[in-house]
Formats: sequence, C-alpha cells, structure tokens
Amino acid sequence: MSESWVDAGPADRISPEDVARFEYAGRQYALYRTTDDRYFATDGLCTHELVELADGFVSGTIIECPMHNGRFDFTTGEAKGAPACINLTTYPVKVEGGRLLVKLN
Amino acid sequence: MSATTITRDYSLVGPEADRAVAGGLASARWYAPPIARAELKELMRRDDGPAIRDTLIWFAAFIVLGGLGYYFWGSWAAVPFFIVYGVLYGSSTDSRWHECGHRTAFKTQWMNDAVYQVACFMIMREPEIWRWSHTRHHTDTIIVGRDPEIITPRPPDVVSLLLNIFALKNTVVFFRKVFLHSTGRLTDEEATFVPEGERSKVYRTARIYLAIYAVVIAACVYFRSILPAMYIGLPTLYGGWFALYCGMTQHLGLAEDVLDHRLNSRTVYMNPIFRFLYWNMNYHVEHHIFPTVPYHALPRLHEAIKADCPPPYPSSIAAYREIIPTVLRQLKEPTYFVRRELPPSAQPLRAASAKAAGRLK
Repeated sequence: MSESWVDAGPADRISPEDVARFEYAGRQYALYRTTDDRYFATDGLCTHELVELADGFVSGTIIECPMHNGRFDFTTGEAKGAPACINLTTYPVKVEGGRLLVKLN
Repeated sequence: MSATTITRDYSLVGPEADRAVAGGLASARWYAPPIARAELKELMRRDDGPAIRDTLIWFAAFIVLGGLGYYFWGSWAAVPFFIVYGVLYGSSTDSRWHECGHRTAFKTQWMNDAVYQVACFMIMREPEIWRWSHTRHHTDTIIVGRDPEIITPRPPDVVSLLLNIFALKNTVVFFRKVFLHSTGRLTDEEATFVPEGERSKVYRTARIYLAIYAVVIAACVYFRSILPAMYIGLPTLYGGWFALYCGMTQHLGLAEDVLDHRLNSRTVYMNPIFRFLYWNMNYHVEHHIFPTVPYHALPRLHEAIKADCPPPYPSSIAAYREIIPTVLRQLKEPTYFVRRELPPSAQPLRAASAKAAGRLK
C-alpha cells in the first residue's frame, strides 16, 4: 500500500492544546497541537463507540472522547483505560511552510 | 390519549433491544446545541481545586458526624448525626461515584479513581459493572432495550421505587450480583456491555467486597453491637433516600426513545446544600449533552446553552409536582409521558426525536 504526505491545512488552525478534525478519502482523522507546538494525528473516531474525537477535550497529550470520556495518549495512540480499551492508530505529521502534512496510507 | 395495556420489555436482551438497533436508536448521533469551540474548551477545563475542597469537607464531615454518633450511641441524641452521616454515605456518594467515573471531577486522574472506588463501595455499586453500565446509559439514554439505568419502566414499578427509599431493592440486587460475580459469572444483561477483557476485574472486586462485608458482620458479632454496620453497610440503606430523591428528577416521566437530551432529561435548580451533596447533577440536561464538562462548570454551561433548552424547573418540589402525577397516570396509561417544550430560540428537534416525542406522525 502506498503512503503519501497529505496537506491537512494551515497548522495555526489548531489552537495550542486542542484538536481539530480532518477528512481525507472518506476517512476521519484528528489532528492535535500541544502547548509546545508539536503536532500529532490519529484516527478521528474513538475506538470505543466511534464518536468523533475532534469534539473532545485535550489536556496535555491526552485526548478525551466527548461522549464517554475514554482517554488516549495521542502521541502514541495508547488507550488509557476503560471505556477506551483499544489503541488509536497514529500517523506521522510534519509542518512545512506553515502547512500540516499527514502521512497516510 | 387513550388508555392502553401495552407494556414494553426493558431488558437488554429482549425484543426491544433488537428493535432499538433496527430503528437506529442504538449508538446514534444525539443532538448538541451550538456552542463555540473556545467556550466549550474553557468549560471542559479540569481543576483539582473544587473537588479537593469538597472531598476534604466530605471526609471531615464523616469523621465529625461519625465521632458524635459514637459519642452519643445508646441515646436518641445519636440519631441526627447518623441521619446526616447516612445521607453523606448512602446518597452523596451517588454523585461522587458518577463524576469520578466520568473522570471529570479532578484534574489528577488517580484522585478520580480513588474517590470512584471509595464511593462505589459505599453506594454498593461494583465499579467495573457500573462504569460500563453508565457508559451505555450515555450512549443510549432512556432508549428502551439499551439503557440499563432506566430508573423504572412504564407502567412504573412503584413498589420498587418505594423500597428504594431505603435502598432495599437495590441492596438485595447488589448482593445477589456480588455473589454471582464472586463465582466468576455475569448476568446475561451485563454480558452485553462489559467487555471480555474487563470481566476478571469484576470477579476480583466482588470477592473483595464480600470479604469487607464479612469483616463488618464479624465485628458486629464480636462486639455484640450493630454499631460497626452503622458506619459501613447500613448507611447505604438508611441514608439512601436523598439519592433517590435527586435521581428521580433526572429522567422519570419524560420521553423514551428520543435522540435529544432536552426531551428526556431535566435540569432542576437546587439550593447550595443539595448541590454540594449532588455535585451539580441537577444540571442534568447539560451533563448529558456535554459529559466532558466537570461538575463545577455545569452552572456556567447551563447559562451558555439555556436558550436552546427547555426551561429549567425552579426547584425539586416543582419537579415533583410534575413527576408524581405523571407516575400515577402512567400506572393506568403507560404510553403517557411529559413533553418538554423548547423555547422559541431553540434549535428544532431532529425528525427522529420529534417523531418519537409525538410531534410528528
């Protein structure tokens, strides 16, 4: 399967310590920005009940699902405990010329 | 509306469960009022301060009330102290269990988990079972055949409600299930919402709970006094009435099978003492729509979205003026429910909810 860097829009569209949605080829992704301006990307839906993580709450490097408060470390995708029991898939992210690029399959 | 004898199956493994799935009511998308992301983010922000303050007051109250109850034990003067101790133990734990289960009360997660475990034990709710049960309650709020936390079916089970003024039915159910879980088994309903990987925790906790209650009973026998159980175990019963009083205001008598919390939940204004005991869960519409907002921010969330919600009830008494006649009417007319009216400024109901709520044919 080929991989490519996909333009996910301007990096500054995400506030520090926050999350934004991104759709590509019919799939949803969640993009994150930390307080020290690092960027990350994961699948956009919670592995528990497929709720959109972009409506969730970011604290440090944790994204919390807006419906059941399932928590993931978005830097690794690790589920941090019930009801989130299955890890999120993560994707490489880089910033070039102020644009966010996400490496997707 | 004509009277009917139709009754529904509220179990999670009956035909209503299949009907809910087939009808698109399970794991559905729920209505959420428009609110700016920046404002919501601020409301969701966590803070250890309020919950640490409240928890210190809570534990200090246990010590003071328990100490005075012990001092006056054997005289009527002990009664008021145990009444208040019981409400703290058997009722205020409902909201502590709830908020810490959502992991929103404290910013520091081990604090949420610690208070969650303590509160679960006090209110006789097995922590793993209830975490998953409550997860389903938020996924499928008051969806018949899906929500395990519907307080009573239609027609209402008034006998069970009355027994639960002193948590009698809940306690019997709790011990029956704890014994079952201690043998390494779940009920069929529990198996629908507790994942395989979580079940060993259920069995372990059940054994620990039984061991603690065995120690309490042994202490009562050893000291030839009921006093140990007055501190651990019995307060869940003699102090459980306030949890029921608050809990019945949440959804009772409102619409079933709607995908809009504005129609199936109540926000009820309460005094500061009730709100301390209940940790602001009187803002129940707001909590269900945005469960990531911690309890201490719910009054602000209420202000932010109230133009989109039905008017709140001015007091718990006002809520009961609606609830009691509704429950009595549902005994003869199970299809009857209270239709919440949205203000003119509110976003309209989605078609599915409007149909379920009887606004569309």
